[in-house]
Amino acid sequence: MVKSPGHAAVQVVNLTVDRGGSTVLDSLSLEIPRGELVGLLGPSGSGKSTLIRSIVGSQVIKSGTVAVLGTHDYGPTTRGRIGYVTQAPSVYADLTVRENLRYFAALVGADREAAEAIIATVGLTEQASTTVTMLSGGQASRVSLGAALVGDPELLVLDEPTVGLDPVLRGELWTLFRELAKAGTTLLVSSHVMDEATRCDRLLFMRNGAILADGTLREITTLTGTDDAEAAFLALAAGPGES
Amino acid sequence: MTPRLTIATAARVLRQLRRDRRTIALLLMLPLLLLTLLWWMFIDTTGPSGEPIFDPLGARLMGLFPMLLMFVITSVTTLRERTSGTMERLMASPTGKADVVLGYALAFGIVASVQALVLVGFTVGVLDLDIQGATWALALIIVLDGLLGTALGLAASSLATTEFQAVQMMPAVILPQLLLSGLFLARNQMPRVLEVFSDVLPLSYAIDAINHLLVGDTGEIWPQVAVLTGFIVGALALGVATLRRRTP
Repeated sequence: MVKSPGHAAVQVVNLTVDRGGSTVLDSLSLEIPRGELVGLLGPSGSGKSTLIRSIVGSQVIKSGTVAVLGTHDYGPTTRGRIGYVTQAPSVYADLTVRENLRYFAALVGADREAAEAIIATVGLTEQASTTVTMLSGGQASRVSLGAALVGDPELLVLDEPTVGLDPVLRGELWTLFRELAKAGTTLLVSSHVMDEATRCDRLLFMRNGAILADGTLREITTLTGTDDAEAAFLALAAGPGES
Repeated sequence: MTPRLTIATAARVLRQLRRDRRTIALLLMLPLLLLTLLWWMFIDTTGPSGEPIFDPLGARLMGLFPMLLMFVITSVTTLRERTSGTMERLMASPTGKADVVLGYALAFGIVASVQALVLVGFTVGVLDLDIQGATWALALIIVLDGLLGTALGLAASSLATTEFQAVQMMPAVILPQLLLSGLFLARNQMPRVLEVFSDVLPLSYAIDAINHLLVGDTGEIWPQVAVLTGFIVGALALGVATLRRRTP
């Protein structure tokens, strides 16, 4: 019996995923409430990207169900309501910033004005006519973020968007994520930097393909009797079955 | 499939190609240079009864160049789309699988047609290629060869996971067709098994059509045109069918 998708932005029930012959996610369940900024924290190789790919409908699933925005149906309508930013910038390197964003705008039925607005949002107005190959890594990843923002998705899923960015830029991105959450967008942001926990409304701690903890930073630190996310993670990782 | 998304994708592919001037130059000039080489090679040679050799040979070989080039360009470009992560993004978006494949087919189909028309114009106008049949019919077959290369490239690229594999798809898919197409030995003189095999290879029909044109039977090419069109549509359908929204 499939559980009703309910009102959550994301509802994962007993999700199992195999990749390359091994089980990456094993009967994982979680719910992400709407309109919140949720951090998916865990080390490299913990299954964050696989979970993210499952949520956006890019991953072959062995068993279990994933519902987004109240539906199990990953049709064009649902896909148009999800924004997905892959870990490596996935835009056309030989096109300009503007050409990239106009194309991705066209795919979700947004107009050229929407593309221009996004260029300003991600702070690339001066680089709008520059081809992506000529941009720095940080600028290229902002083009990739912009490509997911066009069309105002209700659910924005970002795979390690702040990795390798300078601290100033990282701060700016978190400010942007906060603004989007305030405007009603649900955001799931993965990171292996535990310090970023303080930026989020809720946290999902992930390790070895399982969810270690699911709650606010305060709830998790209180539960573990620790002071910060890093210590809480270590405490949870040390004590099996504590989640 | 949504025409708006297909056209947006085709426009994007053409925009990318426009940035790559060297590829455009190679696409347009290379077939002309190769045909010129062939023409020069046979400039002093005639057949047993004194007829020029370049005319039949040039007409039969001509279609091969657009087919080869478009196959390689198409399969490498779509592979690049997958390795750069943009295909995963497209497949996670509302874009249909057919929009992606047909967008590519439309963009490269336009390129292939321009390439084929330039080639036919040059070969007939400058190298003086003379066939009994109509020139427009020759142009039609050469355009279909280019479109076939595009469609086969789209279908084959889904089987390749690396650039090395993609490049080797060309000899694997095109060269057997070349050998068995009737270019080296009339198909009805081959061992029966190979003749039957050549019946299911699209290039055989292109060569059959050219053979009709060489003897002036312009009206006889329509069955071959229909078969070639069928192969093009079939290869595109295969390209759509093998594209996956979800990957392991």
